[in-house]
Amino acid sequence: MTMHNKQDVSVSRRSFVAGSAGLAFSFTIPGFLGAMSESAAAATNAAQKTIGGWITIGTDGAITIVAPAAEMGQGILTGLPMIVAEELDADWSKVSAAFPPPVAAPPVYGNPDPLIGGILLTVGSSAVPGYWMMARMIGAQARRVLMQAAADQWKVPLAEVSTGPSVVIHQKTKRRLTYAQIAAFATVPAEMPKLTDADLKKPSEFRIIGKPLPRLDTPDKVNGKAKYGMDVQVPNMVYATLLRAPVEGAAPDQIDDSAAKKIPGIIRTVPLNDAVAIVGNSVEAVFAGRNALKVTWKGGATAGYNSEAALEEYVKRLRDPGQKGMPLNPPGDADAAFAKAAKVITSEYQTDYVYHAQMEPMNMTASVNEAGDAAEIWVGTQAPTVVSGVASGVLKTQFDKIKVHQQFLGGGFGRRIYWDLVAYVLLTSKEMKRPVKMIWPREQDVQSALLRPMSAHSMQAALSDKGDVIGWKHRLVAEATLGYAQPDELVKTKGFDYLTLEGVENKYAIEGKAAEWLREDRGTALAAWRAIGSGFNKFAIESFIDDIAAELKMDPVALRLKLLQGHPRGQKVLQTVADMAGWGKPAQSGRARGVAYADIWSTPTAGIAEVSVDRATGKIRVHNFWNVVNPGIVVNPKIVESQSESNVIYGLSQALKERITLVNGAVVQSNFSDYEVLRMSEAPEIHTTVISTDDKPTGIGEIVLPLVAPAVSNAVLALTGKRLRHLPMTPDRVKAALA
Amino acid sequence: MTTVAFTINGKAVRVEAEANTPLLWVVREHLKMSGTKFGCGVGLCGACTVHLEGKAVRSCQTALSDIAGKKVTTIEGLSPNSNHPLQKAWIAEQVPQCGYCQSGQIMQAAELLAKNKKPSREQIVAHMDGNICRCGTYPRIVRAIERAAREG
Repeated sequence: MTMHNKQDVSVSRRSFVAGSAGLAFSFTIPGFLGAMSESAAAATNAAQKTIGGWITIGTDGAITIVAPAAEMGQGILTGLPMIVAEELDADWSKVSAAFPPPVAAPPVYGNPDPLIGGILLTVGSSAVPGYWMMARMIGAQARRVLMQAAADQWKVPLAEVSTGPSVVIHQKTKRRLTYAQIAAFATVPAEMPKLTDADLKKPSEFRIIGKPLPRLDTPDKVNGKAKYGMDVQVPNMVYATLLRAPVEGAAPDQIDDSAAKKIPGIIRTVPLNDAVAIVGNSVEAVFAGRNALKVTWKGGATAGYNSEAALEEYVKRLRDPGQKGMPLNPPGDADAAFAKAAKVITSEYQTDYVYHAQMEPMNMTASVNEAGDAAEIWVGTQAPTVVSGVASGVLKTQFDKIKVHQQFLGGGFGRRIYWDLVAYVLLTSKEMKRPVKMIWPREQDVQSALLRPMSAHSMQAALSDKGDVIGWKHRLVAEATLGYAQPDELVKTKGFDYLTLEGVENKYAIEGKAAEWLREDRGTALAAWRAIGSGFNKFAIESFIDDIAAELKMDPVALRLKLLQGHPRGQKVLQTVADMAGWGKPAQSGRARGVAYADIWSTPTAGIAEVSVDRATGKIRVHNFWNVVNPGIVVNPKIVESQSESNVIYGLSQALKERITLVNGAVVQSNFSDYEVLRMSEAPEIHTTVISTDDKPTGIGEIVLPLVAPAVSNAVLALTGKRLRHLPMTPDRVKAALA
Repeated sequence: MTTVAFTINGKAVRVEAEANTPLLWVVREHLKMSGTKFGCGVGLCGACTVHLEGKAVRSCQTALSDIAGKKVTTIEGLSPNSNHPLQKAWIAEQVPQCGYCQSGQIMQAAELLAKNKKPSREQIVAHMDGNICRCGTYPRIVRAIERAAREG
């Protein structure tokens, strides 16, 4: 991953994880620094010394386990400690979780998932799958150290001791030492014991993993104690906000801050490459100052860009057979299949830009030192290592001169991967020679939205005379998501944009399949958005499957079951959701159901939406949504269920309501007044079944989302005979389709 | 600048700020009580909901000058030990995900239960519809309010 930002700072990840090959498992007991790396120890202040590595066991029996992944609502601050505690054989009631200490991302906390590459970065539903074996091994090693210490104390062979919840047992002599007692005398070996997978528990032996345990962060989230980036207080800090260029890449031309400076509490403005920071003694002052600031802008790569016109151009390109895209090489020979087809059917789909609309507007607090070569940063981020890397680039200093203090995230959804605030806040702090807390008003958050790309799809299926689906073609027109923030990454992948293209691949058993991507480059600010490309790709694919079913006069569930031959986990979630929803029995009068299936990141899931449509207003009402998900070994079924519900609501919001438009390169929308999101009165009843199997655990935070839009569109098709082809399915579009 | 005296969570305070300063920033940054959250600044999301004389208000839409001599309650003052029936129900139903909107949700719900001990589901939804939760905890919020009404 290579980061680029608009303050002309380019930092390669290589520069700050060099030499991090291999994983140093840390394990500390109060009073001992144990195997904690020197740099981690040096960077950890006195109050945090006991946190050290992953696990701390106090002489009172309290166990603190670090959860290095960002907690943005998905429950990872509970999920990862559950995995460690399982192999540690801890008494769960004694366990609390901690954020990683503010060190410069020692490899000890990095996610070894190949997607992440050993840094602190929470993306792509990769925390549980990525940390799974590492977290278990760290727990198991710590348990072995405790067992060895007890065995040495008793002078018995290690093989004769076992553990129960937070206790080592010598069965022969009925002796017991609690982990608390052992913490009082044990030392941690310089090298942790070498264990293999065979030393880990079998799933049948799990007593923590798989339990619907309450989340560890809930109590602090019902009394206002949980601290988010927005809540940070640093002595001597000043407040700042930002007026950023409305058009990507534009620079301030004339800055008239005379009116702003008259506002009580305003200290000054700080011009930046593509923005002006307003600094003052209070939030109310800097927000008022921002409104009073008059700036004219020059340049901007996207100054003439209009998104609605652009989408029309996408569709023209889509329909021009002379336009060839990047072949995505699914299996089989599609042209041969289409050559022998008895019938070919086609469909087109489109989606608009959407914005994350995380509840906590973007903010960051930073303190740059007097020399300007070191900084402390307080932020809720999905990417602490990236923040450190970019910050070291901004200050032209070493990576380990940056300390990132992780906070709770008031929603992530991909937005908090990005590092756009780092340069603004650091340069303002450097200029002010004081800590700066920068808060964006919602209007700036929307204006500087990082968008999920628009998309246009052409789908074709070849049917045999026996009614089999033998050929499949998917043409996609969309921008490269990576092209905005990580262009170097696209070079490495030879132009394959794994964010935009996620979800094009599907498991349907069709003889000849082809897919191609016609890349657009419009200079738009783009980002990973929950479920990335599968949000639009599965909309096209799963809607089209129902178009095929209609042509074949086949039941949509039956067609999917047939196409999923060879994928029993996929068939199982589909069959289960059909049973739950009473598929096959008629829906109540005025309603109909639609189904969808997806399996991004190897988690099979299926959903059924039950809808009605108000023909006068064009409003779609989703009454029920049934969902089944099978993420392999389920760490915490309660959390998986919550995530499924979250995906249904977030997915329905983008399916029905959310839409960003750009005119002359600038975002038109400004707040929840014109970027409406789903409210309680619009939420369906959600019915979720979580299936646990012994397969390796896979992600859950964004798996279910891609089902929602196609399931709703399919339900509307079943109800009205009309297909909704464009997200969001707004009342205007519904009325136009029904007219 | 003006100095305004009011009561917050039972404690008398005086705050010196511009008269039109939103109560939100008075609470969060002047008084350093961060449980009340900033979401939209225009009264459309409900994250900043507090009680003014027992009535749920959007603190981003309430000026400092409007609260002189009045009683303000924030999430920190809802109950002595986080043991308000809603807080207990919120834990029992495992409502929060990211948690950022939940102070506002709970304060909004507390006003409902204070005036209607047994709200119907329709009354709950109508009362809560101004509070956005981006994580989609709406079904659990409804269940938690029903539980709090049931268990008291």
